[in-house]
Amino acid sequence: MIVNEQVAVDHGLKKEEYAKICELLKRTPNITELGIFSAMWNEHCSYKSSKLHLKKLPTKGKKVIQGPGENAGVVDIEDNDAIVFKIESHNHPSFIEPYQGAATGVGGIMRDVFTMGARPIANLNSIHFGSPQHKKTKNLLRGVVHGIGGYGNCMGVPTIAGQTKFDSSYNGNILVNAMTLGLVKKDKIFYSKAAGLNKPVIYVGSKTGRDGIHGASMASASFDEKIEEKKPTVQVGDPFTEKLLLEACLELMAGDSIIAIQDMGAAGLTSSSIEMASKGNLGIEINLNKVPCRETKMTPYEIMLSESQERMLIVLENGKEDQAKKIFDKWNLDFAVIGKTTKSKKIELYFDEEKVADIPVNTLVENSPMYDRKWKKAKLPKKNKIKKEDIKHLKIIDVLKKILANPNICSKEWIWQQYDHTVMGDTIQKPGGDAGVVRVHGTDKAVAASVDSSAVYCWAHPLTGGKQVVCESFRNLISVGAKPIAITNCLNFGSPENKENMGEFVECVQGIGEASEYLKFPVVSGNVSFYNQTKDQGIKPTPTIGGIGLIKDYKNMITMDFKEVNNLILVIGKTEGHIDQSLFARTILDEKNGPPPEVNLFNEKNNGETLLKLIENNLIKSAHDVSLGGIITAVAKMCIKGKKGISIKKPKYLINDIEYLFAEDQGRYIIEINKIDFKKVADILNKNAVHFDELGTINENELYINDKTKVTIDELSTSNKSWLTKYMSK
Amino acid sequence: MKSSVITFPGSNCDRDMDVALKKFGFKNKMVWHADTELPKSDLVVLPGGFSYGDYLRCGSMASKSKIMQSIINFANSGGMVMGICNGFQILVETGLVPGVLLRNKYLEFICKNVFVKINDKKNKYFKNVDNEVLEFHIAHNEGNYFCTNDQLKEIEDNNQVAINYCDRNGKVEDQFNPNGSIKNIAGIFNKEKNVLGMMPHPERMIDTSLSGEDGSLFFKNLINNLK
Repeated sequence: MIVNEQVAVDHGLKKEEYAKICELLKRTPNITELGIFSAMWNEHCSYKSSKLHLKKLPTKGKKVIQGPGENAGVVDIEDNDAIVFKIESHNHPSFIEPYQGAATGVGGIMRDVFTMGARPIANLNSIHFGSPQHKKTKNLLRGVVHGIGGYGNCMGVPTIAGQTKFDSSYNGNILVNAMTLGLVKKDKIFYSKAAGLNKPVIYVGSKTGRDGIHGASMASASFDEKIEEKKPTVQVGDPFTEKLLLEACLELMAGDSIIAIQDMGAAGLTSSSIEMASKGNLGIEINLNKVPCRETKMTPYEIMLSESQERMLIVLENGKEDQAKKIFDKWNLDFAVIGKTTKSKKIELYFDEEKVADIPVNTLVENSPMYDRKWKKAKLPKKNKIKKEDIKHLKIIDVLKKILANPNICSKEWIWQQYDHTVMGDTIQKPGGDAGVVRVHGTDKAVAASVDSSAVYCWAHPLTGGKQVVCESFRNLISVGAKPIAITNCLNFGSPENKENMGEFVECVQGIGEASEYLKFPVVSGNVSFYNQTKDQGIKPTPTIGGIGLIKDYKNMITMDFKEVNNLILVIGKTEGHIDQSLFARTILDEKNGPPPEVNLFNEKNNGETLLKLIENNLIKSAHDVSLGGIITAVAKMCIKGKKGISIKKPKYLINDIEYLFAEDQGRYIIEINKIDFKKVADILNKNAVHFDELGTINENELYINDKTKVTIDELSTSNKSWLTKYMSK
Repeated sequence: MKSSVITFPGSNCDRDMDVALKKFGFKNKMVWHADTELPKSDLVVLPGGFSYGDYLRCGSMASKSKIMQSIINFANSGGMVMGICNGFQILVETGLVPGVLLRNKYLEFICKNVFVKINDKKNKYFKNVDNEVLEFHIAHNEGNYFCTNDQLKEIEDNNQVAINYCDRNGKVEDQFNPNGSIKNIAGIFNKEKNVLGMMPHPERMIDTSLSGEDGSLFFKNLINNLK
């Protein structure tokens, strides 16, 4: 095939990018080379529109062992233990083929983690769908949930937490973000940097097929009506092979024969080999005839661009090939020496004894395009004035029931019951709480993890929204008694070529950066997913934050269910009555405008750290952060979980009942304490200048408001639990 | 007491079972599926997971593993063999216990706590358990137990039903059946009651911090019965 500008454009490259390739090579690339450039230079692999802004994120900290740039981030959890973790998107493939798209998303992120030598110990996911009324939503939801379960369950890694949200902006572009945590010994972490000359380059895992060719390019383009034609670009997952690959890799890693290891994810053999060479400042020579293929007559182009799953590339020490092969034979996996490291600093590919590609590594990596895209700064919207007559007729209990049954609030048990969340025998906090918690096997330590997003706030004001998501993650970890350590982010946005969407990206990233800097909650890994749009319609900006924290003694973990009748309930943090962009405003008042709640980083940090102090002093019986739906929604969930009631008395404030109960002001928690501890708790809160309200006391089984209205917890529970099950069974 | 846990390609509850057995005093050995000889054991466990990915009928590939012939011989000579979840599916495939396991009635994977009623205590697995009802944990996609009417009659005549799904008070009713199993059957013995296959995972219930502690009760009792 003759390569020209049109062929390059068909590969998703811009004309000027093609010109640059010719200039760098000082010749016209052949088709294999063009394929390699298009794979390395697309948005998904090159981060060409985002790099400039991602550089500003704080990535360092006392606990950070490895920040962004490797397969995953690594943080120290003491005693020579470390946690490897990352979140990644698989949005485009999941919309086209929900089961396989979601399944391979889960498979891919687990591979990123065990590539570094860590055994995966927990999975999480954040999934966003279109409006429940949209004709595709139900099938997409079912397919994605089955796919996530199908892969994770088979691997035997518990899915411990997640979130599911609905918004019409995802009608044509759903989001599937998968996160994995792995456990590794600090002195046994593996990296992707190749080193040494003439070292064997090994291919292990599944055979290469024609699936997923140009997957990464597909993920770097917008959708149009021809989307169904893209089905062949979705990879097909084989969790059984991945389980074998995991065990085989960990067995090989127990020895000392691996120099570098890299999984074949997006852009398969291309990006894995180039990344290893680039990091090691070396060249790699590969004989493509040696690559195990599933199908006959695969061309070099197809072999290099296939995104077949469950494959790894390893640079071994010389002479260790037989020993390594034995392990992969035992696990019935392919093992092939396909090449070697060279000093050429080039990627040199041979096929049928002919050189089919010869590209300097730096042209693919360092010289890849970087764009300073135009972006538009968002204005902070004007506050709405809620008119008294709009809310006068509202009955709080009715509103509460509606909110508890809202798709974005309701119980997601139908979903997480389909995920094995107890395998490995260390899950001490199951899905449905503020964060999932797993013990570090055989120790007293536990790791908490949460995934969060607040697309509505980010859409209303990206800078505030970006900050808020990080704070929400911080709060969720603290609510279970964990000290927050670090985050990973999955940045889901529309087209970077649209200056509004790009502005949303830039300002969300800025917000994430500010909050993580202030909270000492650094970003250690992540990924960017642009072009989440159909034709010109982009999704709401949806940065997803995956946070992890450490609980030193798992017996001190906190859960959100109310524990005991007559215990006292306090609200930590000040309620100003911010209703704009709240679930109440959007669903009850149908008011979609206005600014999101303000984020005060000082209060977030101070309130959170003070709550951790209370937990350390064993003063907290249950805790839950206040988020979507405000105080009353948070309290109702605690009642439902604990099968207890509460008698609420609104403190004497200037704001009215509705504002107090449904506002979504930030930096707040609900806590349950024993009455006899009140003075101790109040002292600690006062000493740290933390505002708190006395909200009420726990009773047997009813929710009372100001002694006037009441509802049974059973009734609230039914509202909360029935929506999703009913929706899915219709 | 010596136990052996078999690891098949794709087993993923083998470690959990190892942890549980050791916690309650078994000297446990992990045995590779391709081995032919079974170490001297008082109890052999086929653990849960997805042997061979369960891409064919669940458990069918594993039932043909090299180690299985020794296990079948061991069982036929009266040795204690317990299959949990995928292990139960493997046992069914070998014919050591009767019946088959179909996909769950609602075609969805289920992971949750369930109550089971002990149907028969004249066996080494449940003898001396004080409780009538245990809280166990299930996590499976194909746990819908099914057999022919003739088989069912034989099973019931021989008291081969080990446990049934029920509520916390031991009421065995359709509404407490999580997967559509015939007669709420959650676990079943061979005729001699030395082989037990069950869907619930007692190894996930050995710690108050986990889903509960009735698994501890089961294992403590089991090791005492074997002594």
